[in-house]
Amino acid sequence: MAKTPKPEELSKIDYKLPEKGWMDTPVEFKEGMYCHGARPQYLETVDFPNPRQWSSKKDEDWKLPENWKEIVLNGMKERLEKYRSFRLFMDICVRCGACADKCQFFLGTGDPKNMPVLRAELIRSVYKRYFTASGKMLGKLAGGRELTLDVLKEWWYYFYQCSECRRCSVFCPYGIDQAEITMIGREILNLLGLNTDWIAGPVANSYMRGNHLGLEPHTIKSNFDFMAEDIEEVTGIKVEPTFNRKGAEILFVAPSGDFFGDPGTYTCMGYLMLFHELGLDYTWSTYASEGGNFGSFTSMEMGKRLNYKIYAEAKRLGVKWILGGECGHMWRVVNQYMDTWNGPADFLEVPVSPITGTRFENAKSTKMVHIAEFTADLIKHGKLKLDPSRNDHLKVTFHDSCNTARGMGILDEPRYILKNVLNHFYEMPEETIREKTFCCGSGSGLNAAENMELRLRGGFPRANAVKYVHQKYGVNMLTNICAIDRAALPTLMNYWVPGVDVAGVHELVANALVMKGEKERTQDLRLEPLPEKVGAENV
Amino acid sequence: MGALFSFVVVILLILVAYVGVAAAGLQSIFGIVIPYVAVLTFIVGVVYRVIKWGRSPVPFPIATTGGQQKSLPWIKQAKLDNPSSTTGVIGRMVLEVLLFRSLFRNTKSELRDGKLGYGSAKWLWVAAIAFHWSFWIVLLRHIRLFATPVPSFVNVLENLDGFLQIGVPRLFLTGVILLLAVTYLLLRRFYVPQVRYISLASDYFPLFLIMAIASTGILMRYFFRVDIVGVKELTMGLVSFNPVIPAGVGTIFYIHVFLVSTLFIYFPFSKLMHMGGVFLSPTRNLANNSRMVRHANPWNYPVKVHTYDEYEEEFREKMINAGIPIESTVLPEEFEEEFKEKVEDAGTPVREEE
Repeated sequence: MAKTPKPEELSKIDYKLPEKGWMDTPVEFKEGMYCHGARPQYLETVDFPNPRQWSSKKDEDWKLPENWKEIVLNGMKERLEKYRSFRLFMDICVRCGACADKCQFFLGTGDPKNMPVLRAELIRSVYKRYFTASGKMLGKLAGGRELTLDVLKEWWYYFYQCSECRRCSVFCPYGIDQAEITMIGREILNLLGLNTDWIAGPVANSYMRGNHLGLEPHTIKSNFDFMAEDIEEVTGIKVEPTFNRKGAEILFVAPSGDFFGDPGTYTCMGYLMLFHELGLDYTWSTYASEGGNFGSFTSMEMGKRLNYKIYAEAKRLGVKWILGGECGHMWRVVNQYMDTWNGPADFLEVPVSPITGTRFENAKSTKMVHIAEFTADLIKHGKLKLDPSRNDHLKVTFHDSCNTARGMGILDEPRYILKNVLNHFYEMPEETIREKTFCCGSGSGLNAAENMELRLRGGFPRANAVKYVHQKYGVNMLTNICAIDRAALPTLMNYWVPGVDVAGVHELVANALVMKGEKERTQDLRLEPLPEKVGAENV
Repeated sequence: MGALFSFVVVILLILVAYVGVAAAGLQSIFGIVIPYVAVLTFIVGVVYRVIKWGRSPVPFPIATTGGQQKSLPWIKQAKLDNPSSTTGVIGRMVLEVLLFRSLFRNTKSELRDGKLGYGSAKWLWVAAIAFHWSFWIVLLRHIRLFATPVPSFVNVLENLDGFLQIGVPRLFLTGVILLLAVTYLLLRRFYVPQVRYISLASDYFPLFLIMAIASTGILMRYFFRVDIVGVKELTMGLVSFNPVIPAGVGTIFYIHVFLVSTLFIYFPFSKLMHMGGVFLSPTRNLANNSRMVRHANPWNYPVKVHTYDEYEEEFREKMINAGIPIESTVLPEEFEEEFKEKVEDAGTPVREEE
């Protein structure tokens, strides 16, 4: 693996453009900026084409089928006919450049092909050459270029340097969404077996075992036992989650990242404590044990194949509705794809909070509620006893995840929760939050190890904004509602802003949650001592 | 190179019209045939393109949400940036199409001493608004040439446009604004490095072309005066399908008409189709209500899945051991006695094998 440069070096980003035009600048694969190629067994598990051992280095033989060009062009044609978005986005870009410096990967790398407009142009140029009259006749003058092996490798390199965050799409005057183009581009690459190992592996795991980590049912259970032990140590209360329980009112689906490894497990403990305190009639599922969907980073079809399990399990267990945990792309999928893919969920009921009686009209078709909506509603109705001073050792900011911000719009619910469970909350600069939020740099399956430099660079704008509030207000906790954030941001913070930890919102909820019959809390969920109490309890 | 090429093409177009009219006397070609061909190409071409877009379905509701969603009643929804109703979508589209809402968000980033800063960057928006609106008004003003009597809104428009009352004929502001704005848009392609880097010939060509159109129009109105009565005779002839070529209309008029015809012909084949495309953009024209209303995908098809039964088949023993309920009431032989209790504890009723 390439040695990662020091922050001082990495932050000197060169935005100078090459002398030669981008079409005449062949792609160069830089170590630390791309992932390993997918192993054959992963592709075989899900019947994907062209499984073989291969190296994704540019100069190696990628072992493509002989008619790869035909496959690509046919794949493009099919998708131009299936997605208005694709055809339209290929046609109407005027190259105004408004998107150029909106992409964290361009801001962090200075590589012009990371400007969304050029990333799109990588495939648009091929579209023009093969699918438009002007491009067929005028070629390069009309912005067209031949599809060569070099161009294909360039697609691979740059479509896996895009985290499908949609920030560019917010600023584009026509709403051209590079995430959509990247998703379709990756779908086409997958026709040739060109996935990354870190996406293909989790896809295969999710398919066979229900979750991307590949945790088997008994392992999930024992992980929860560990968490329950920690909860008992902190609160003196024994939580008893159930798995695959028929007849529960609610099926709870979280990203499996929360079952395993810090700080995700603290968020998971937060869910467990909250549900225990409410006496919620809910169950976990080991079969549908993944809210996240690495399939959606691969192809729409694969996304659907994985997402299928959630409704199928809800039906099998006979629950009334589904509650979903803190996860970014999971919620883009739930909000914009799930019902279309695998609905209608007519065997479920419109979700009603058993605690407050609130009917979640906004989820009346999918029947799936976001836990931040659920908890915000609880707090609003005064159903939780909270002691925000238990989070007084934390100065907190909130990172909007790209998917929940720009593919859903869940912005104020988590903020409302945070402001009720803690006393020190600070927003990052407005150009870096809400719909303008920056990605952690590791979304859409980029959170591998071998592309660390890419992740650190892509996360640079986010880290920079954290650093600002860290220096200005002493912020030491970066909260979020996304499992990839919880996996990726600690690394990013260690590198760019040491002294800032990462937590899911429900970890801090549970810290503040005063539970019936709990012992006096002296530790937070991380088993770290709580701040000294000053004066009266702030309940 | 793209810029130079486009510039040369526009100059050639001007020369073609000049030579064709002034030297070869082909007024009827440039004044009648080409404009008819151009308008026809424009209409057929635009309709064809829009139909082509329309034939590709919108399989998924992929609105880009630019603000707070509709959720709990007490949380304020961003009804225009994250619409959940048709009214909201219409509002969003109106803002987008008429006021370039998204472009208005534009910022400029700067890296200084390892710190990224973001500043307001409204010039592109200002120039784009100025360009499109003035172009639109100029176009509407031209209705004067194609209708008798002149519709009153055209007179109103002219009065507003010429409110400064400068010169004879009085100066129309939109013509000047159009030329300035298009010049700015061209200059930023030259001088903003990133924009220069992404610009293609097909970005420069329409700018040069429109610049030439505006310039010839202005020259014709204020400097090389053409016989306006003759011009109207010609244009009215075109719309009434009784085309005539009146004598004495200056060559510059034909150059202007030829350039406009070129723009009309070029339009459907080019990025200028963004005018129609913006209305169809699925990230903007869909409501973010996909948890409330199911969005149907016309090509949704069944996919291969890994069912619960297959899953349980693989992990049954481990699930039993971990006390996780199972579906199958028929236990594997070796588990029958040993784990019957365990399974029942976990809530699965065990039936004797028949």
